[in-house]
Order: sequence, then structure tokens, then C-alpha cells
Amino acid sequence: MKMSKIVQTGAHILYPFVLIFGLYIVLHGHLTPGGGFQGGAVIATGVVLVIVANSYEAITGMLQKVVFKAQESLGLLLFIGAAAIAITLGLPFFYNFLANSGSVFGLSVPFGPNHGYLNTAGLIPIMNIAVGIEVWGGLTVIILSMLSGLNRKEA
Amino acid sequence: MRRYIVAAIFVILAASLLSIPISFSFGSPIASDMDDYFIEYGQVQTAANNIVTAVVFDYRGFDTLGESVVLFCGVVGVGLLFRRLMEGEEYEDE
Repeated sequence: MKMSKIVQTGAHILYPFVLIFGLYIVLHGHLTPGGGFQGGAVIATGVVLVIVANSYEAITGMLQKVVFKAQESLGLLLFIGAAAIAITLGLPFFYNFLANSGSVFGLSVPFGPNHGYLNTAGLIPIMNIAVGIEVWGGLTVIILSMLSGLNRKEA
Repeated sequence: MRRYIVAAIFVILAASLLSIPISFSFGSPIASDMDDYFIEYGQVQTAANNIVTAVVFDYRGFDTLGESVVLFCGVVGVGLLFRRLMEGEEYEDE
């Protein structure tokens, strides 16, 4: 199963923009609507676009299921790890110790409307990135697994 | 006879369901203490402009952890369902 040349060319032109848009949603999760789950789903859509446009055999050499499984586990571990760092500092689980601290992601924000600065919100962007990595890997693993089942039925 | 009873129960259920949004006015929730707290202090405490993200990832972070674990379990389930067969194992379709 292989799509036509038009679909392949279109997908190859389009997928970097889809990935960039997904990364934008993930990274700006604490400023604009969206966040880790939504942005991860958009990035996974871009990967799925490439997978569906090409044949399964051509894709499995490049995108391997093991990599995305590891990526999903890494995202969840990063999420729990970021939440558990607060315990080692003697603070409650999930405490946002980076917010208003002045260090990385540590600028403080006054009450009311503002321009929206990326370097704010402490632990929230880090958790958004972790969840984004997890959702990206997880949805891609699901699609790759289902495509392998489709491939078997055809043979 | 039985059909009328079922229809009457359906009408009563639909009317009670519709009476909920009619009896409360839009934009004035009964319990708004927590909402007011988040709107007033969320931006200053978490330094995030997006209050929804502040609630999801900071105030209610443990719920989000459960959400992530649910997604992880779903992917593990799909991986088990579509796994590669072991030596000497066969599909049982048809």
C-alpha cells in the first residue's frame, strides 16, 4: 500500500510545518490555549502523515516502534521526576518550586493582562514538554502497531 | 401498555434533565469560591498566564499524573493486542 505521488509530495512538504506548530503549542502551553496533550497530538499527526503517505516497509526502517516506546516511557519518567524533585527539597509532591524563583522559567508575572513571556511559570513548561513527548510517542506507537496489523492482513 | 410506561419514564427523565440548565442562570455558578481563588491568585502564584494550564499542571497536578498513566496504560494495551507472535504461535482468526 502506497499513496500517489501527489499525496507523498504534499505530505513531505507539509509535515515540518505540522511539527513546528505542535512544538509551538507545547512550548507556549502556559501562555496560550493548548498544552502538552494537545501539542503532542498535533506532533503525532505530523508523524502519522509521513507514515500514511509512504509504504509501511519504507517507514519501518526509519521510524522504529522501539524508539517511540522508549520516548513515551521517557516522557512519563520526566513528568514524575519533575514532580518528585520537590520532595528532595523538602517540599510537597508537585510543588512548583521554580515559579517566581528568578532562575530558569522563573520570571514573575503581575496580576492582569501582559504580553506573555516565555520564561515564566516555573515547572509548568517542563511538565508540558514531558507530557508532549509522552503523547507524541504514545500515539505514534499506536498508529505503527495498527499499521503492522493491517500489513499482516494483506499478506 | 409497557410502551406507554417506557415513554412516560423517558419524558420524565428528559424533563428533569432539561430543568437543570433552565433553573440555574448562566454565568453565576453556585460554588464559585475556588474559581475566584484561581482567577485572583493563579497568575501571581504560578506565574502562568493560562489559568487552565496552571490548574491542570500545578494546582491539580496529581490528576494530570493519573491522566498520563491512563494514556500509558492504553498504549501498553494496544502494544499487547498487536504484538508480534511468539515461536510456534498462530492467529486464531476465521
